[in-house]
Amino acid sequence: MRRFLRPGHDPLRERLKRDLFQFNKTVEHGFPHQPSALGYSPFLRLMAIGTRSGAIKLYGAPGVEFMGLHEENNTVMQIHFIPDQCQLVTLLDDNSLHLWSLKQHGGASELREEHRFTLKGPPGSPPSATQVTAVLPHSSREVLYLGTESGSIFVLELPSFRVLEDRTISPEAVLQRIPEDNCNRRSCELVEALREHPKNPDQILIGYSRGLIVLWDLQNNKATHHFLGSQQLENLYWQRDGSKFISCHYDGSYTQWPVSSDNRQPEPLENTVPYGPFPCKAISKIYWQTTKNGLPYIIFQGGMPRASYGDRHSISVIHGSQQTAFDFTSRVIDFFIIFSSDPAAEFDDPSALVVLAEEELVVIDLKSPGWPAVHPPYLASLHCSAITCSHHVSNIPLKLWERIISAGSKQNIHYSSMPWPIDGGTNIAPDPPQRDLLLTGHEDGTVRFWDASGVCLHLLYKLSTVRVFLTDADPNDNMNTLGEDEWPPLRKVGTFDPYSDDPRLGIQKIYLCKYSGYLAVAGTAGQVLVMELNDEDAEHVVDHAEADLLQDQEGYRWKGHEKLKTRDGPVRFEAGFQPFVLVQCQPPAVVTSLALHSEWKLVAFGTSHGFGLFDHQQKRLVFVKCTLHPSDQLALEGPLSRVKSLKKSLRQSFRRIRRSRVSSRKRRGVSGNTSEVQEANAKFDQDALQEMELAPVQRKIEARSAEDSFTGFVRTLYFADTFLRDSSRHCPSLWAGTNGGTVYAFCLRVPPAERRMDEPVRAEQAKEIQLMHRAPVVGILVLDGRSTPLPEPLEVAHDLSKSPDMQGSHQLLVVSEEQFKVFTLPKVSSKLKLKLTALEGCRVRKVTVANFGSCKTDDYSENDLAVLTNLGDIQIISLPFLKLQIRYPCIRKEDVSGIASCVFTKYGQGFYLISPSEFERFSLSTKWLVEPRCIVEMPEVTSNNHVHNKSGTENAARKS
Amino acid sequence: MNRAQRGAAGSRGLGTMEVKSKFGAEFRRFSLERSKPGKFEEFYGLLQHVHKIPNVDVLVGYTDIHGDLLPINNDDNYHKAVSTANPLLRIFIQRKEDADYSAFGTDTMTRKKNVLSNVLRPDNHKKKPHIVISMPQDFRPVSSIIDVDILPETHRRVRLYKYGTDKPLGFYIRDGSSVRVTPHGLEKVPGIFISRLVPGGLAQSTGLLAVNDEVLEVNGIEVSGKSLDQVTDMMIANSRNLIITVRPANQRNNVVRNSRTSGSSGQSTESSLPSSTPNILGSLLQGEEESDEEDIIIEDSGEPQQIPKAAPTSESIESLSQIELLHESTQNGFLPSSELSLNHSAGSISMEYEVPEPGRKSLEEEGTIITL
Repeated sequence: MRRFLRPGHDPLRERLKRDLFQFNKTVEHGFPHQPSALGYSPFLRLMAIGTRSGAIKLYGAPGVEFMGLHEENNTVMQIHFIPDQCQLVTLLDDNSLHLWSLKQHGGASELREEHRFTLKGPPGSPPSATQVTAVLPHSSREVLYLGTESGSIFVLELPSFRVLEDRTISPEAVLQRIPEDNCNRRSCELVEALREHPKNPDQILIGYSRGLIVLWDLQNNKATHHFLGSQQLENLYWQRDGSKFISCHYDGSYTQWPVSSDNRQPEPLENTVPYGPFPCKAISKIYWQTTKNGLPYIIFQGGMPRASYGDRHSISVIHGSQQTAFDFTSRVIDFFIIFSSDPAAEFDDPSALVVLAEEELVVIDLKSPGWPAVHPPYLASLHCSAITCSHHVSNIPLKLWERIISAGSKQNIHYSSMPWPIDGGTNIAPDPPQRDLLLTGHEDGTVRFWDASGVCLHLLYKLSTVRVFLTDADPNDNMNTLGEDEWPPLRKVGTFDPYSDDPRLGIQKIYLCKYSGYLAVAGTAGQVLVMELNDEDAEHVVDHAEADLLQDQEGYRWKGHEKLKTRDGPVRFEAGFQPFVLVQCQPPAVVTSLALHSEWKLVAFGTSHGFGLFDHQQKRLVFVKCTLHPSDQLALEGPLSRVKSLKKSLRQSFRRIRRSRVSSRKRRGVSGNTSEVQEANAKFDQDALQEMELAPVQRKIEARSAEDSFTGFVRTLYFADTFLRDSSRHCPSLWAGTNGGTVYAFCLRVPPAERRMDEPVRAEQAKEIQLMHRAPVVGILVLDGRSTPLPEPLEVAHDLSKSPDMQGSHQLLVVSEEQFKVFTLPKVSSKLKLKLTALEGCRVRKVTVANFGSCKTDDYSENDLAVLTNLGDIQIISLPFLKLQIRYPCIRKEDVSGIASCVFTKYGQGFYLISPSEFERFSLSTKWLVEPRCIVEMPEVTSNNHVHNKSGTENAARKS
Repeated sequence: MNRAQRGAAGSRGLGTMEVKSKFGAEFRRFSLERSKPGKFEEFYGLLQHVHKIPNVDVLVGYTDIHGDLLPINNDDNYHKAVSTANPLLRIFIQRKEDADYSAFGTDTMTRKKNVLSNVLRPDNHKKKPHIVISMPQDFRPVSSIIDVDILPETHRRVRLYKYGTDKPLGFYIRDGSSVRVTPHGLEKVPGIFISRLVPGGLAQSTGLLAVNDEVLEVNGIEVSGKSLDQVTDMMIANSRNLIITVRPANQRNNVVRNSRTSGSSGQSTESSLPSSTPNILGSLLQGEEESDEEDIIIEDSGEPQQIPKAAPTSESIESLSQIELLHESTQNGFLPSSELSLNHSAGSISMEYEVPEPGRKSLEEEGTIITL
């Protein structure tokens, strides 16, 4: 009876599906794209980052993170935490203010938007009257001071965001007390900075853009002091005891001002241009931090000599005779200092400098000599060199994990040992269920190993393949050591370096065997490296072989890039993954597929021309197979010629346009006297134009043929121990799938272990399947007698998987972009298929087998296919019956790079790039869910502190 | 196609061509001079000679590169057979008295495996008496209007047989909008339209599709709500046997339906509401198309063969749909016996050179040969 039920109508199965599958976007890893604002709460010890797209992200101790999104999607201009509260205020570029708060809900804290507000002036006033330029949350936590472009300072009641109009500080009121000969109305245009007195909350310092600074008494509503700066003001900073403040200016100078009760118009104590005497750029923000030994830390942004270093993004730290200008590779958005937040402490005693640059977060340890950087546990710049591919390995054995960490720690010795200084909140998420690695390949030839087990994507180890090759840029002449003058004392910090010396070094495919520690890496110029994990530094020769994939084809010329030159002689490698074999494909086209079998010690690789198999034990090429269609000129000549021809055709079409314009003008000139012809011409031109404009987007409907371009492009390679020739004997086999819908199967003879070095590995073509729909083959999989996918190499040997069923008959699953097909083995007959594209019009972009466990019972789990389509949908398709289980929209279909970057894990999770620097993590499983779960509690000093505030002994440390 | 020509070029170099001829259950292999094939009469005599049937009147047919069985009855089609054969010319001989003319034409090599076509088109069923009008010539259908009886008169369902021709499909589609009648009055809705026909292409040569025709369904799947790219992918995925339902821009040439009762499909008598049928029909059309898409396998660098369908297991989707259809067809008054025997024969395909089942043409045993 059951077979008459239509799929999807089985209530039992429906219930099971609910226990197995669930879609969640759980966390964003990496560095926010286009950050625009930074805030810090010394009270909560949380940092907030706002972005140009209106996102706001809070970070504390590793694992503590929150995210919010402004509905308007406008740039976040400023972020201010309310002192001693779990609240913050954001200012967007549409002049709206938003109040966010962290509230506990269901045992964990959540970030929620509470209020929004836009300052409105009296009717008829210009928009600048209410354009907010400076925000000061007062330590009383009751009001917010808003400085505006018009010079007025509005007072806003918290948390209601009600304007207290009677308390507005207008420029007129300020000017009343100031002698007229020094100032005029224009002196009070645009409030640049608002700072509360560190000891007396009734006094605030108002800095106007043109240089006038006023100390305002909130109680009596009058200016008690005014300070006349000659330069345009950039920012202000109070010293801890409130006896002095410091102002920084547009001309690259800073000035100290005394505040005493006897002098109402003090003269500056000191005016310095730190990088003078030549004209300097503005100092946009400054800190003056006191220490026990009396020497202050002066930390400021900018101020570099305009002509020679005006393009640097720097932050300078001056402490006595020590001075360093930290040089960032991208624009500095903002920075703050972490210092003693104890209100009773006499000194600031700064411990760390936290800098948000456009592309990375850099934290400098100010306590250790030499001011080393601190290794951030999150906010890693994934894009320090552009990501070219990624590979995920689940459930790493502890041994390998520890070895990778130890290799990585040797690379990180230049980092400070300081514990991460931003440590607010508590991570209450359960420990990650297993150790997962995410490997990213980069354009500069590096592979980065990330700890992807939990919420914090953390760099464990970085591998560079550059050493194997001779490149134009020798890694020894480092920019840091040579060519820098001693003054200014610039020091490069950070890791963001998007410029690749040689695009051929780019990593395209990665395969890591977690049991053996073998790693295969393949790149843009047809290079394939096999590596082994070594805990020690070593110097050795890398065996080098060439694989000529065009063996029997003649008369073709590769017009793409040249192959990489290799280094002769032994090369020194640091501890970690060290290459021992290099295979270079000829022609050196980009490697499009890679497979490694660590048990058989074989590596297979494919390009747009064909594929090859290399025995990395005997270091011998076993065979190559050319898959190229002879008419496929495009693939033969390589990508560069294609670019060239595009350029050429563009140039030609431009010429054509120009020519036609000229000729039509000429025509008009000649027939100028006959207006009739002219009119007709004009009409013709107009019609032609209209036709061009109205021509709609259209798509050609044409069947694919064998002659289409790039049919030989090898899309997937797969090793399997299965029944290829007859049903009595199974043997190792290699499967390859091409862009033209062809599947090749090779029967392999691998000598037994004891004779592994003596006898050669042999291969023989056993089957060739041509899918008639000719769509690119994106996945090949063999299912054993129990219809379970074959285990990975060495998985059974390590007792981590049941050995495959070799009794029942095996099945072959071929996934093309359009269809899923199951064939029987060894005699290939088609058994089942699912024609995805014919039914839905979507195409398969990524496919992986994933194991789904039930959230209800521990003993049930099943294997399904996780599929990402070109529409950005994720579909789960059952094995072996190929029934669609469930579909979730995941990525916008316009987000081509997001779809291309997606990688699935073996347990139903996945990652894709939402920007060059951020991975979105999603989960399809009810069981394996990695998401931030954390709690932020108000430190218990609250009530005490309140009294402190009232009595006027508030600390400067509460704001930054 | 290109592969085929290459193959031919390779054997032409040798000058001779292998011929494999089959009469009843017997095979004969011999070779011919490719450059000098001679006349049809001579070839006919040669065949009678090698099969030792000198006085038997026979029909001669061959499988062309598309796997279609085509007749050889004059010099022209004999020369065509010789020139296109690669590397092997496969000849099938039938006695004239028990010849089955319906065997010739497109899809002949695969049609009988298909359960659905038999269910849907009883007129194809060879048990029906066949009226011989004349000898089939060297042609095959490239398009047809189908399901006239169940579609609204304003719609047209066109089937393009890409498989039977070298012509490109040759049309373009675009986004557009059409006006629909809804409960809220007239509404503009986005739609997909044919924007251009390539001169000399299949679409143009059929005359059944025209610019500005609105595409409503592709192989039974509605396109509404789908993007232009999705519909493009669907059409290309179905390009070997594309069935598009359109609302012609020109409504004047619509097929005028006479009476319901004369419908050629068993479906039509049952379906009173045309609007309710497309979904069921869609799945049927999907099934029907299966036969056209046999993948090819080369084992151990041997001869390429079509991949046979494995004997369906009780759990597979295909069998599920087959059984469902069977169920429906019995309701419609058809006897399921033919299906059962078909399943049986599908299971036996895997065995090569088997003595043909009586009453069933022997052609399908080896599958169609497509040479690389």
